[in-house]
Amino acid sequence: MPDMNAIADRVASATPPHVGKAIRGLSDRSIAWIFVAPTMILLLAINIFPLIWTVYLSFTNYASNRPNRAVVNVGLKWYQDILSSPEVWAAMQATAHFVFWTIFFQTLIGFGLAYLIDRKFRGHAFWTTIILIPMMLSPAVVGNFWKFLYQPQIGLFNYVISFFTGIPPSSFEMLGSVTLAPWAIVIVDTWMWTPYVMLICLAGLRSIPDYIYEAAEVDRASKWRQFWSITLPMALPFIMLAVLFRGIENFKMFDMVVLLTGGGPGSTTELASITLKRQAFEAYRTGYSSAFAIILFVVVFGLANIYVRALNKVKQR
Amino acid sequence: MSLQSQSSPSNGAQRKRWPRWARRNVMESVAVALIALGVLMLVQPFSITLYGWSFSVVLAGTVMFMIVSKFPE
Repeated sequence: MPDMNAIADRVASATPPHVGKAIRGLSDRSIAWIFVAPTMILLLAINIFPLIWTVYLSFTNYASNRPNRAVVNVGLKWYQDILSSPEVWAAMQATAHFVFWTIFFQTLIGFGLAYLIDRKFRGHAFWTTIILIPMMLSPAVVGNFWKFLYQPQIGLFNYVISFFTGIPPSSFEMLGSVTLAPWAIVIVDTWMWTPYVMLICLAGLRSIPDYIYEAAEVDRASKWRQFWSITLPMALPFIMLAVLFRGIENFKMFDMVVLLTGGGPGSTTELASITLKRQAFEAYRTGYSSAFAIILFVVVFGLANIYVRALNKVKQR
Repeated sequence: MSLQSQSSPSNGAQRKRWPRWARRNVMESVAVALIALGVLMLVQPFSITLYGWSFSVVLAGTVMFMIVSKFPE
């Protein structure tokens, strides 16, 4: 263990006299600001400046593949174009389908799994770890290996469906069919993120004190009654939290869907973020895509506000 | 203790002055409802007019939430 006094003396002697004098004249508050300032400057440069710049670009005709063209202010044109475009509207609906069904299945299965894990059966810790594995994988890895699983000739998924339903495995293509592709991405996201919802629900279930159940037992409440009157109401803020969190995340979903379907077939799985990327980096409509990004940002920010409110309610409990 | 006794009447007066309908909890609920309505308008498949107004509603709700979250309880 080094002598702390010796270290302090060494640091003091190594500090140049003029620096030491300047520091001695500063208040605690100023020193705190000096320490915080680099982080704040970095945050401003990385987060706030690009946001302000995107807002600016959303009112201009700037195109990143024509940087020398004169930048003209177009006012709210891009916002009007986006909010009256049937293609963007369709992308929003595809996003809504994806968000709604992933949340529905993840909440249902996640809460069910949490309820089972909370029973504390033999080996529950082992099974919790096994269930959590999909969540730990990279979306790129998940996208790629589910692409193989969905392969109509060699994919395991079609064979499993065939085993249970009797439909020939190569007679349907999950990623190539207009009707099945939106469900294919829902299945993969549900598989990957249900463990996350389960973890949040499990935290909610574990926070319910045992004495409430004991009181219910004394009152001869049935298990069914206990579930509807104690378990579900007390775990509800946590479920809401999971729903909002997954909602925000899935509204921005990009990587996994691009790897699975690339937005196809046609544009059936083209989520809002994929449309945004196409406008920005394939059509090079930088102003338009900036306006689109701002719209998505405001929506996600609005949802985040609901999330913060739900979080405060959980804290108050 | 003395600080409490000095500040309590003014706090009470301030609390009385602040209208009940403009309390934080109520206004936050209105803002959250606006945001939720806007998001629903954005993703519904029935009317492109509603879709066109959705962003304005979400923006109004978000700005309102940011303002009213500073209101007293």
